[in-house]
Amino acid sequence: MIKESQRHVDDAVFKQVVDAGDYYLGKVNAGQTFRILDLEGNQAADTLFFSAANPAERYSATDTIREQGNVYLTAGSVLRSNENHPMLEIVADTCGRHDTLGGACASESNTVRYDLEKRCMHACRDSWMLAIAERPEFGLSKRDITHNINFFMNVPITEEGGLTFADGISGAGKYVELTALMDVLVLISNCPQLNNPCNAYNPTPIEFLVWDAPNGV
Amino acid sequence: MQGYNTEISPGGHWSLELRRGTQLTLTDIAGGGNCGMLFYNPRNLLERYNAPDTLKCQHTFKLTAGHCLYSDMGRIFASVTADTFGWHDTVCGNANAQHVASKWGARDYQHHRNDWHQNGYDAFLVELAKYGLGAADMAANINWFSKVATDAEGNLCLTSPSPAGSSVTLRVEMDTLVLLHACPHPLSDATTYPRKAIGLGLATAAPVGEDDLCLNHCDENRRGFANNALYHLGA
Ligand SMILES: [Zn+2]
Repeated sequence: MIKESQRHVDDAVFKQVVDAGDYYLGKVNAGQTFRILDLEGNQAADTLFFSAANPAERYSATDTIREQGNVYLTAGSVLRSNENHPMLEIVADTCGRHDTLGGACASESNTVRYDLEKRCMHACRDSWMLAIAERPEFGLSKRDITHNINFFMNVPITEEGGLTFADGISGAGKYVELTALMDVLVLISNCPQLNNPCNAYNPTPIEFLVWDAPNGV
Repeated sequence: MQGYNTEISPGGHWSLELRRGTQLTLTDIAGGGNCGMLFYNPRNLLERYNAPDTLKCQHTFKLTAGHCLYSDMGRIFASVTADTFGWHDTVCGNANAQHVASKWGARDYQHHRNDWHQNGYDAFLVELAKYGLGAADMAANINWFSKVATDAEGNLCLTSPSPAGSSVTLRVEMDTLVLLHACPHPLSDATTYPRKAIGLGLATAAPVGEDDLCLNHCDENRRGFANNALYHLGA
């Protein structure tokens, strides 16, 4: 569902461009809203969320799609934790559909998907591993790295039960906005994937922007 | 030991470390059952079943014969060598105590003994704890015998209950800690708590031949088997 945001970029309290192959790890407080902006189009933002109070509670794809009865994420979707608690709500979306089935690229899965000798190429799960190693203050470990959201990715299911990686429905300047329903850690790998036609083999930067709650709640 | 057959009682759970080369057959004895399953590497419990990689590597939303079940490390825990049902779910996860209580009423062991309403989430928690694992280690699981399809908008529907006697056979491709439960699927809209036992048979699998269904299912699986061969180098 396409839903535009009323927020103005000038009002954002935080802005950071994240290049392809880099990660973003930071805290967003309950009530704050953040935007992930696809600067050049057809990029994938592979994202995980954790409860800031207890990172063992984290985004759960299975709880989210089971509770909403639908495999795609868009405006109105409530993202749930592995304890089935609402963590965030998608409040604006100019892309219309985001994937949470396809998971993140990894050096190891690249060997299976593309070629046994593609493992040394950069991959999202390697970016997450670097994040948890470089930022021990967040208390994350490999066991917390699980089934994620791929913002801006289009992964339709066929009637026969196939899974297809269709061309992106995102474009330059499209964005998704989420309001945090609890204090959350946001961990994004801006996908460096060079093997996937979805991004025309050209990974590009995204921007991460945060707004405070309207009345400072 | 030649082989072993048992039944997981309705709402029951079970786990065992299965050696590479073991064959595991699950049977939906009465029909309309559900069998939740998770895999871990007993030598590195951080390596676990990865539903996204399994689906993505084989361009499929459903699991059936010919498919391999991948770890997050590019290896194959098990391959599906036979399947009489044809469509199994790996994206819906488990029902929890609240779901079960709201659908079929809360029942506890004190009052109802083995007729209580156990749920898949708690069943897995019990088995996970035996290996030092907890809720944070619970990955997206497989739900055998549950066909979950989607419409064009992505809406999920649990359809076509599996016929009595449906079976699926797995060949274990590396030493694997297997957890399973016989609790209802989270999307079940049965009017009463589905009390469905799951049959379980263990045997020694035939060696993987060059004409193997799973090996030849797609180029991806051939590379997955190559990763397993590397893992077992010298073994
Ligand atoms: Zn990636």
